Amino acid sequence: METPLIEITDLQKVYGVGDIAVYALRKVSLNIRSGEFAAVMGPSGSGKSTLMNILGCLDRPTDGTYRLDGEDVSHMNRAELAGVRNRKIGFIFQSFNLLPRLSALKNVMLPMLYSDVIMPLEEREILAAEALERVGLGRRLHHRPNELSGGQQQRVAIARALINRPPLILADEPTGNLDTHSSAEIMSLLADLHTQGVTIAMVTHDPERAAQAERVICMRDGQVVSDGRGDRHECLERRS
Amino acid sequence: MSITQTLQIAWEGLMLNRVRSFLTTLGIIIGVASVIMMLAISAGAEAAIAEQINSLGANLLIVSPIRGVPGASRTMVYEDAEAIAETVSSATSVSAEQNASQTVKGGSTTLEAISILGVTDSFPGVRDYAIGEGRFFTTEENDRGVKVAVLGYGIAQDLFGEESPIGQQITIGSTRLTVIGVMAQKGIVADVDYDGRVYVPIEIVFQKFMPTAIGGDRVRTIYVKAESPEVIESTISQVTTVLAERHDVDPAQPDFTIQTQQDIISTQQATTEAFRDLLGWVAGVSLVVGGIGIMNIMLVSVTERTREIGLRQALGARPRDVQLQFLLEALILSLAGGLVGVLAGVGGSTLFGALGEMRTEIVPLSIPLAFTAAGSVGIFFGYYPATKAAQLDPIVALRHE
Repeated sequence: METPLIEITDLQKVYGVGDIAVYALRKVSLNIRSGEFAAVMGPSGSGKSTLMNILGCLDRPTDGTYRLDGEDVSHMNRAELAGVRNRKIGFIFQSFNLLPRLSALKNVMLPMLYSDVIMPLEEREILAAEALERVGLGRRLHHRPNELSGGQQQRVAIARALINRPPLILADEPTGNLDTHSSAEIMSLLADLHTQGVTIAMVTHDPERAAQAERVICMRDGQVVSDGRGDRHECLERRS
Repeated sequence: MSITQTLQIAWEGLMLNRVRSFLTTLGIIIGVASVIMMLAISAGAEAAIAEQINSLGANLLIVSPIRGVPGASRTMVYEDAEAIAETVSSATSVSAEQNASQTVKGGSTTLEAISILGVTDSFPGVRDYAIGEGRFFTTEENDRGVKVAVLGYGIAQDLFGEESPIGQQITIGSTRLTVIGVMAQKGIVADVDYDGRVYVPIEIVFQKFMPTAIGGDRVRTIYVKAESPEVIESTISQVTTVLAERHDVDPAQPDFTIQTQQDIISTQQATTEAFRDLLGWVAGVSLVVGGIGIMNIMLVSVTERTREIGLRQALGARPRDVQLQFLLEALILSLAGGLVGVLAGVGGSTLFGALGEMRTEIVPLSIPLAFTAAGSVGIFFGYYPATKAAQLDPIVALRHE
């Protein structure tokens, strides 16, 4: 059997100790296979942000193990985690998080700066241009973020997430700051990436967006309460 | 991540706030410029002093009596000078000096309380003091006490103005003398006004201007010119032996002192050194203040760019990548300040020197020294903000507004 891309076992995250200890995650076990498109849903305080932070190697679990792409990352130090984020994870944020003073091209090139793979500048520029081409911004290479629409900015961010060819894309409310039209464009772009074989884990509280994923993981009180196919999922039904 | 890329990021960070970056470096600029200028000024002052004092006579020993040494039965007398001239082999020339203060009349002018120096004919040679006009007196004139006088440059001006003083009569106290020469202009060296004196044969001072109670052959100073700088030490010990024996004192506790020009230069240098130390403190404080300015701005910068730091961390920047980025920003600031400061310091020193009043000599070592000091300040005061940036939690930093 194929090793899952994400393999978490009895994951716990506890803030504080003793009587005041708060359990953000209670023994969560979960696998996400390579090529899956999973949505993580749940009300605020359900632990979905904590789960995403740990999946994104921005945070470490208090207990339990997390294997990403066959590598145990639960006990790595900050520098090692930074390396894992650079190689294995592409982030898409709700607020895009582009550097305003840099062109679209330079923003996309940022993750390559911190890569162990040393590449000449020209080659990096070509790759970044190709990535922007892939998200439909081939004509906007030298525009700064403030010269682009919200939807275009998020596409720059997606190109940036793809640039180091990570096996996993983590999207945190990727359409949260966008109008309906732009949201639809971004979702179809993510769907395209999914059909090309990219693994995507997306946090959202919009059932309509979650329904577009092939799998919906529903969380509550630090636990996974349901996990299944998007089109007939109870987490969605309850909301709609 | 390569150092050139980090440098580029650091540079871009600084260029976000050009005016602020420039103002931040002002403290360093002032500090570095003042380090270079104070060293240039004090080196210039020291060189000027050394040059002046060396102009008082090369390889010169100055022998003076000490009063009140137990067992010292005599003070220094003219025969002591003669004994040194005869017995100390490495002394090429010896002169003695006794002085008095008298009223000098010449032409229609009267000058009060003028320093009259009784010296021997070898005085100009021993002191490397050139004759401007006319001649100095001879050995014979000296020994016989012929009533001749050689005027300091300033006295000649005061008494006779544009007129030539040679052959003119002057009256010192109640003694009439003939002017046979004028010394070259020398100015004030080590607090002595060489141009405001009158030089006469030492015999005349002994006979005419010394109260009998003091004694007719006492001298205030004996000048000994050593053959070369190498024999100065041995000449000192020979002179000491001769005089100690003549004065019947222990050579270890003599009733006289022997000074060299180096001693005088050292005394004068103590003043410039105190001045330099003061300026050094000012420069040092300025560098530290500049460093604190850099730290302050770096802390502001880290806070302002918290979100950017969080993003970079998310994209794979390691703690040390972030630390290096901010450390390099501080280093660039301080080195840029150092560079401008060096230019300002060199320019300022040159300008000071060109304007005349103050002699300056740029100390070559001061440039790398000041530059290194600026860089160290940058690293020292940049370390804390850079480490703070590197330790930010990416989750918190990304949420920062």
